Parts: sequence; C-alpha cells; structure tokens
Amino acid sequence: MIDIGYDAAHLLGALVLLTSFALLYQRRLFSLLNVFTVQALALSGAAAWQGYAHDEPHLYITAILTLALKAIAIPVALHRIIQRLHIERTVEPALGIGLTMVAGVSLVTLSILLVLPVTENATALTREDLALSLSVVLLGLLMMISRRNAVSQVVGFMSIENGLILAAVGVAGMPLVVEMSIAFSVMVAFIIFGIFLFQIRERFETLDMRKIESFRGESD
Amino acid sequence: MTPALPFVLIAPLVAALLLVLVPNWRVASWLNVGACAVTLAAALTLFTAKPAATAMLVLDAFNVTLIALTAFVGLTTSVFSASYIGHEVASGKLNPLRLRFYHAMYQAFLFTMLLALSANNLGVLWVAVEGATLTTVLMVSLYRTAASIEAAWKYFILCGVGIALALFGTILIYLAAQPVMGPGLAAMTWTRLLADSAKIEPNILNLAFVFLLIGYGTKVGLAPLHAWLPDAHAEGPTPISAVLSGLLLNVALYAVLRFKMLLAANGATMAPGPLMMVMGLSSLFLAGLMLYRRRDIKRFFAYSSIEHMGIIAFAFGIGGPLANFAGLLHMAMHSLTKSAIFYAVGHAVQAKGTQKIDGIRGLTVSHPALGWGLLAGVLAIAGLPPFGVFMSEFLLITNTFARQPLLALLLVLGILLAFGALVLRVQQICFGAPTGESHPIHGTLAPLYAHLALVLLAGLWLPGPLVAWFQTVAAMLG
Repeated sequence: MIDIGYDAAHLLGALVLLTSFALLYQRRLFSLLNVFTVQALALSGAAAWQGYAHDEPHLYITAILTLALKAIAIPVALHRIIQRLHIERTVEPALGIGLTMVAGVSLVTLSILLVLPVTENATALTREDLALSLSVVLLGLLMMISRRNAVSQVVGFMSIENGLILAAVGVAGMPLVVEMSIAFSVMVAFIIFGIFLFQIRERFETLDMRKIESFRGESD
Repeated sequence: MTPALPFVLIAPLVAALLLVLVPNWRVASWLNVGACAVTLAAALTLFTAKPAATAMLVLDAFNVTLIALTAFVGLTTSVFSASYIGHEVASGKLNPLRLRFYHAMYQAFLFTMLLALSANNLGVLWVAVEGATLTTVLMVSLYRTAASIEAAWKYFILCGVGIALALFGTILIYLAAQPVMGPGLAAMTWTRLLADSAKIEPNILNLAFVFLLIGYGTKVGLAPLHAWLPDAHAEGPTPISAVLSGLLLNVALYAVLRFKMLLAANGATMAPGPLMMVMGLSSLFLAGLMLYRRRDIKRFFAYSSIEHMGIIAFAFGIGGPLANFAGLLHMAMHSLTKSAIFYAVGHAVQAKGTQKIDGIRGLTVSHPALGWGLLAGVLAIAGLPPFGVFMSEFLLITNTFARQPLLALLLVLGILLAFGALVLRVQQICFGAPTGESHPIHGTLAPLYAHLALVLLAGLWLPGPLVAWFQTVAAMLG
C-alpha cells in the first residue's frame, strides 16, 4: 500500500540530507550558497507537508519562517557580504573531497545505528526523521571542521540548525514557542556572524581561519 | 506565583533597555550597579517565598541558591566594573558608544542567566543559555583587537555547536515524554517531566543525556570541549571574565544537573554519574598540566576555572548526599573566589599595563593592598585552609576515599598538580622585586575583599540554616 503522507515526508527529509552531502563538496562560495538555499527550500517543504499531513497548522508558520529567513534573507545577505568584502570565491577544503564523503557516509550510518534502536516505540516517520536530522547535524559539524573559511563555517552552522528544525518538525506536537525562539536565535546568530565577518576581514585581511588562528595571545 | 520571581527577571531586562538610552558612561555604570542591587534585593526575598511552579517558571531550593548567588556576584562585579572601565576609557581602549553597548549587554546577560536558572520549560532553558552565549560573545569581542575577535569567533563557533547538540538532546527528551504526557507544552515542563519520569522510555533518555551533556558541557568548559574558555576569558574585559567564570559556567552545569535529576528519577536509565566523573577528572588533569605553561595571567586563571569545574562535575558525578553537598558548596565557593581573583587581576593588569605574568612581578611590594588580596584569593582557590574551598574539597576527598579509594587517589593527584602550579605562579606574581610599569590603582578593592571575607567565613563557620538548606538541595540531586 502506498502511503503518500509518509512517502512525501520521507522524500523531503532525504532531500535535506542529500543537500547536506552536496554542501560538503562545493568549492565555490556562490554554489555553496545555492545548495544551501535548496536545502532550506526542502526543509520548508518538509515542515509544510508535516503540517498538512498531521493537521498541525502551526507548522506552516515554521515553514514560512524557514522560507523567509533561510531560503531568502540569509543567502541574499551572504551573497552581498561576499561581494562587498571581495572574498575569494573559491575555497579549498582542508580535507580531500573523497575523504570527506567517506566520513559523511560513516556519520549517516552512525546516526541510523544510534537512533533507530532506541526509538522503537515511536512512529516510523518520527524515527526516520530523527535519524535523517541527526545525520544532517553531524554532516554540518563535519563541514565546519573540514572548511576553514569563515563563510563556509557560517553555512555549516546554519545547516546544523536546519537539521535541528527537521528534528523538531518530525516530532508530533512540538510547541510552537520553541520553533519561534529557534528562528529568533538563528536570526540573532546570523546578525552576529555578519558583524564578525566584517570585523575579521577588517582586522586580518582574510577570512581563512587557518591564518587567523595563529593569534593566540601567547604566541610571543 | 509571588511577584518576586518575575520581578527578578524583569529588573535586569528593563535595565538593559534603559541603559541603551544612557549616553553618559559614568551615569550608566552606576545605574548598572543600582539595577543589580534591585535584582539582588528581589532575589533574596525568594528564600522565604514558596511559589507554585507555572508553565514557564519554577522555584525550588536548588535554583534559588544559584539565583541568589548570581544576583550577588552580578552586583559586586558591577561595582568592580564601574571602577575598572574608567581606566579603560582613559587609556583609550574603549569609547563611550561601546560602553553604552557594554552596560546594556551586561544586564541582558544577567537576565538570560536568571531566566535559565528559573525556567520550568526545556525550550526556555535552551533559549536562555543560547542568549547568554550570544551576549557574552559580543562582550568578549568588545575591544575589537585581532586576538579578541579570534577568541569571540572561536567561542561562538564552539558554543554554537554545543548549544545545537543540546537542542537535539532537548528534542529527544520531548520525543520520549510526548507519548506519556501528550503533545504540547506539558512534555517540555520540568516539574511534569520529573513527576512522570518513571513512565518515560529510558533508552531515549540515555541518548538525550549524552547530547545534553556534550552540549551544555561545552559551556561548562569540561575537557575535551574547553578550547573556547581560556581565549574568551583572556581577551574580553576583566569584569566579563569574572562573570563568565563565576556565573555562566555554573548556569551551564545547572542545566546538566537538572537532566541528571531527570535520569535519576526514571530509575531504568544508565547511570549518568560515571560520564560526568570521567569528564570531570580529565578536565582536572588537563587544566592541572596546562597551568604550568601559561604566561598570560587571565589565561592562567581561566585554566584554573576548568580545573574547578572538573572537580564540581566529579562531585556531582559520584553523587550521594555528602558529595553533592561538597559539589554545591564548591560551586558557591569557586564563584566567589574566582570572581574575586579576577577583580584583583583586573586591577593588577591596569596597574602594570600588561597581562603577561613576567610583567606583573612583586605585586605585594608595589601595590600591597592588591597584592595581598590576590595572594589570599589564589591560596583560597588552591584549596588551603582556612578558606571555604578547602572545606568543600576536603569533604569531597574524604567522601570519595570512603567509597572509591582509587578514584580519590586520582582526584587528590589532580588537585595537587594544580596546587603546585598555582603556588609557583602566585609566588612570582606577588613577591620579589617589582617588574614593569607601576601605575596607581584607580577604584575600589571593596568587592575583592568582600568576596574573600565571605569565603573565609564559610571556611571557618557555616551557619546552621545554610547547611540545612544545602542538605535539602543535596538530597534533591540524588
């Protein structure tokens, strides 16, 4: 039997995970942002679909917030920051792409092995959403480790947040207050990120964190 | 709900908004002190109030103690800050606009900490801790130097990731509780969760606790997640180092302990204690070793904070009435002593014009009142009698020897390791021929000596009601 509600939710969740992998191997900052936009769109779709399938209208608000903030406002702002600061458009990952992919696949395996056995009593959809979202969170972490460019780290951070929202959306009846406040703190976090990007650029003439980390206060 | 608890939260929030509007930094710095005094007065009335928990706020013996401690250290630090920033303006490190921002953020920071301590909702707790992270990130980068921006970035990235993992843990808790309590706010409310803890699926709780321990543990500064802490302490303004060490670490640990209580009440989960003990001991050893190689005075005491948070995490990890009592006492004593040390360090750095330990020698000769105060503070934090830190460490060590002699040996070894480094360095800082520049100290040493007096008093004599109060809390913690 085909259960459209389940399949569509599954598909959208998987799309979020897939874009997480795509984020891992982007070399150009603009294409990184484009992939991130796709991820946010998929997430927004996942939230809206859950709202429709489970008849939880407050999830539409989550979907709209995600759409407005993550799919439109943040990518546009990052585009403008990259242009204003004349940041080098291509970045070399600190780890090789092959190695990163292998690490990514093992992280997904890990999160499935971790989540599925302990959530036996939850619904199938919740369990799989949780496994997918934990994978997205871990891939975001991997991205923050393997990329030493400040803009890529911001995108990695935001994709971790995407994973968290996917988890929150997948669990039935998560209070709206929580999602609202997550959205709010993401916004604040982003503003701070923006301020920092300008300051780092001004002080260090680069956004490559490898060069910045020599300032330890104890170097002399 | 008595109005006192909301008032404790509203006072700093209103003050934060008000301080944005005050252009004169001298006026602002005293308004800051006034707001903290009002908050403390309101917080002290909470001891007698017995309000029922609401959906958002809760008050019990455990958090009341920490709320009062937070309000008190917040007040003394604001007094220190008022005398500290004058020098920073005079030396051109800060301008009035940044100070306006600084004062507003100081109150906002106090608000988020008090909210985290009194939150009855897991989501509110998380948002408050996130808020505390964001406000302190902004304050760490206040000087806009290369080193401070790097420190703030590192702090933001590491704690941002930590806080994200904590949110994942929070969602897992909700997932576990939702079948028992139904969807909605109830399944995120502390008091409800604690009451129905036994019915919650233990496996999900286990997984959630691991995420929460790593997430909030990052903010506690437990090894191996401590990397942000020394940088953030060293590069921000010294009053912020004092509240970071004295208060924020406690708040993060409070969050971990709440979840530990939840696991303990369930009964069928794994024991959360051993995880905390391992993290505690590794922090203790790592910090103990690192202390020997520090040349920056603020960084040095930041590592000492990691050491003490390790001891506290170990105490709560081993658990039981006595060890919990020792942990609570140590939390309070460490807050008071470490913030006192940072007050002294702040004045010393201003008087000598450098943060390098090599440049701050002979302090008792060049600035006797400050030098002896710092010496007393460092001896107290090293765990020498007759100070309060000795009491809590002694209690913990004897209790551990009675239950786990092998672990007690490790604990003693770690404490001795740190002790050696502290005594070695404080000798260099306080005695010998003075080195470097020597400016007169502006401002008051009253907060420093007030804290030291309290720590000394606690070491000599703990009032009966306070002991009884701590015993109640220790029993709650299981």
